[in-house]
Amino acid sequence: MKRSLSWSETLITAVVKTCGYSAVVFVLLIFFFLLREGVPALGEVKLSELLSTRWYPIENHFGILPLITGSIIVTLGAMLIAAPFGIGTAVFLSEISPRWLREILKPLVELLGGLPSVVLGFLGILILAPFLRTFLNLPTGLTALAGALLLGGIAVPTIVSIAEDALDAVPQSYREGALALGATKWQTIWRVTLPAARSGVLTALMLGIGRTIGETMAVMMVTGNAPVMAIKLSSILAPVRTMTATIAAEMGEVANGSTYYHVLFFIGLVLFVISLAVNIIASSVVFRSKTRAERVLS
Amino acid sequence: MDKIVIEHLTLTYPSGTESLKDINLKIPANAITVLFGPAGGGKSSLLRCLNRLNDLVQIQTLTGSIFLDGENILDPKMDVIALRRRVGIVFARPVVLPTSIRGNLTYGLELANEKRKSRLDEAVERGLKLSALWDEVKNRLDDPAIALSGGQQQRLCLARVLANQPEVILLDEPTSGLDPISTGKVEAALQELKKDYTIILVPHSVQQAARTSDYAAFFLQGELVEYAQGKDLFTHPKIKRTEDYIEGRFG
Repeated sequence: MKRSLSWSETLITAVVKTCGYSAVVFVLLIFFFLLREGVPALGEVKLSELLSTRWYPIENHFGILPLITGSIIVTLGAMLIAAPFGIGTAVFLSEISPRWLREILKPLVELLGGLPSVVLGFLGILILAPFLRTFLNLPTGLTALAGALLLGGIAVPTIVSIAEDALDAVPQSYREGALALGATKWQTIWRVTLPAARSGVLTALMLGIGRTIGETMAVMMVTGNAPVMAIKLSSILAPVRTMTATIAAEMGEVANGSTYYHVLFFIGLVLFVISLAVNIIASSVVFRSKTRAERVLS
Repeated sequence: MDKIVIEHLTLTYPSGTESLKDINLKIPANAITVLFGPAGGGKSSLLRCLNRLNDLVQIQTLTGSIFLDGENILDPKMDVIALRRRVGIVFARPVVLPTSIRGNLTYGLELANEKRKSRLDEAVERGLKLSALWDEVKNRLDDPAIALSGGQQQRLCLARVLANQPEVILLDEPTSGLDPISTGKVEAALQELKKDYTIILVPHSVQQAARTSDYAAFFLQGELVEYAQGKDLFTHPKIKRTEDYIEGRFG
């Protein structure tokens, strides 16, 4: 009896361990695969060529800077839209709206997060882009702005859901303490509740950025996909091409093992490094604020 | 002089429990009035009515009136923010804000748009001296407040309320988590403070009620059973239920 118990115990532990380690192993394998396919690009194309501003692979121009700037401008634009909207919505749900309204709205917002981005891209092409073209009097509505608006919409549910959880976890006694000192509702939210939920709100924003920078389908459909440098303010109203869209659109057409193929993987590597950096920055910010609190408490 | 007059105050929660039943009470200025009785008697509910903190919880009905200097504070048109500045509260568990000792003290004033440094410093010193905390923290005002001991945190909360210069101070079991020495310091501070403030205290024991009270009100299951001067009520209670409770026969 005792023996069989310890045997099943060992088995279950082994299974759980395998699951845990394999998650790490898979990520490492993906990384090594990216390295194996992407790094040769550095040998085949000169670094100065890679960092040039011309992406025209048919004629062996492999400048990936336009793609990086394209990704950055779309992501920045999306976050400028999504951050205030997302946090505002989270504050409304957690602090202002009555309980019953929250019970309805929060699942709805989270449902939005599950919408396939292709569907949103469809809406972007049919409604958003024509609207932007006529409203802003542009030659085309398929611009970085359209991408940013759409991606902002995609990031909002993520931000709302996590930021609202963080705000909801702030002890009621903090709010009472502030209100009892004569703080108004807004002063309580801005100076007590939000700072207390700071790390959760930051995590929400970082996950929002992660969601945005990795998004492919919707941006490919609405940004116009012109690989031009997006470094001026007016670039937001011009077509751009992001790294993700480039890989998705062109991977199917390249010869396996060619320079072009390797460069596309190299772009994937850059993307991987960027999202890794975002995650590390996010967790270090959260971690630092936690250790400070722990230091003070001890 | 009666600072607060409560008339026919009845409060019920959505669960159907009647928390306060037709309470009539006159609370004099410059004295310590204790509200005591077994748990669930409505003491805390009453306390929270006095600065409208009960606005935050679900309430079924609230009827009757509470007059502060003749003004009905349950009036929907009442400026609740201004009221809470006049009627401060200290909770059972100290809620220190996540900032420095000084920051905790100046918080209320900064909310009221006081920016002059001299005024803020003055308020910090006054609050800490009144709550008998000044000597312990005067050299480390910029340390995080959460690093203080439990007793110091509770006096910090009192000091924070005092820095706001309220007229009435509500205390909801302010010493329930404190050791006897800290409790003694808080009680001594209250005796000093009553010269300038109206103090309403929910004590955490009958002994504390007897020690600190000028006036005492005994609450049982939402009813005000007996209300008298402390020295009379604790030595010669007029009502049997009060006597039983004081002598420890129930509750």
